[in-house]
Amino acid sequence: MAAVLNWEFIVGHANYWLGIILMMTGLYVVVSRGNLVKKIVGLNMFQTSVFMLYISMGKISGGTAPIATGNPEEVYSNPLPHVLILTAIVVGVATTALGLALIVRIREEYETIEEDNILDIENAMQRDEDREAGSMI
Amino acid sequence: MLVITAISIVRVRKLFGVVMLSGVFSLLSALLFVALDAVDVAFTEAAVGAGISTVLMLGTIALTARTEKKPSHSSLLPLIVVIITGAVLVYGTLDMPNFGAADAPVQLHVGPDYIERTPRDIDVPNYVTAILASYRGYDTLGETVVVFTAGIGVVLLLGSLGRRRRRNKTGAEDV
Repeated sequence: MAAVLNWEFIVGHANYWLGIILMMTGLYVVVSRGNLVKKIVGLNMFQTSVFMLYISMGKISGGTAPIATGNPEEVYSNPLPHVLILTAIVVGVATTALGLALIVRIREEYETIEEDNILDIENAMQRDEDREAGSMI
Repeated sequence: MLVITAISIVRVRKLFGVVMLSGVFSLLSALLFVALDAVDVAFTEAAVGAGISTVLMLGTIALTARTEKKPSHSSLLPLIVVIITGAVLVYGTLDMPNFGAADAPVQLHVGPDYIERTPRDIDVPNYVTAILASYRGYDTLGETVVVFTAGIGVVLLLGSLGRRRRRNKTGAEDV
């Protein structure tokens, strides 16, 4: 294990670790913050860091962007991750839009976008329903 | 810089600031994509991530609330969960090839094959366009289906918003 941890290894893996740090920051925002808009921002951060992970895997040292230069000796970075991530970015924006629309709708119904308040309201509604059911018996 | 922006997104409580910071985050990641040779991805990210997402979020906070409440429960448990997940992921990367290695498994099979065939089959200088529109055209079709479905969802969720608001207003005047 100790033999593996040399300088070259650390520099060569820094891209994965940076991606993981950003990913975990996004996850932390999603899990720990009650505000729904902030949760969406966290989700976007998570998503972008996954994109970075993919793109960094496709990079070849000394390569250029995958656009034909006419030089047969040219080394290109791998275009396939780029294609996949292009699709993923657009899909990500679609899901973001849907999530934000849901937030607007939730706000209309509950007058709040804080998770705690929504849970309180739902619990109160549940108690009322239980009481009504009890009085009918 | 990306990490600093991310951490300030966690700290800042004004939602307007959070949205602006997420735009900054997208723009910085677009710069990173340029550095990693992914120019197509970079301009999509700059237009879609930094542009459209920011506008959508601004619209949402204009329709809802502007500040975030202080979280009531302790944030220790999420922190522990996140650190454990991160540690497991870092452990998973120990077997990965070094950054930029030309002999990594990613670079050996499909990617070079596309690069080799594109001039012959399609004759478009931009390989990303060629793969996106031709070899993996079904992915793009699926993507448009997803976007279409999301559009229908948004319209269904928000379409009746204005009408309901008007009705509420007239109802209030009647009382």
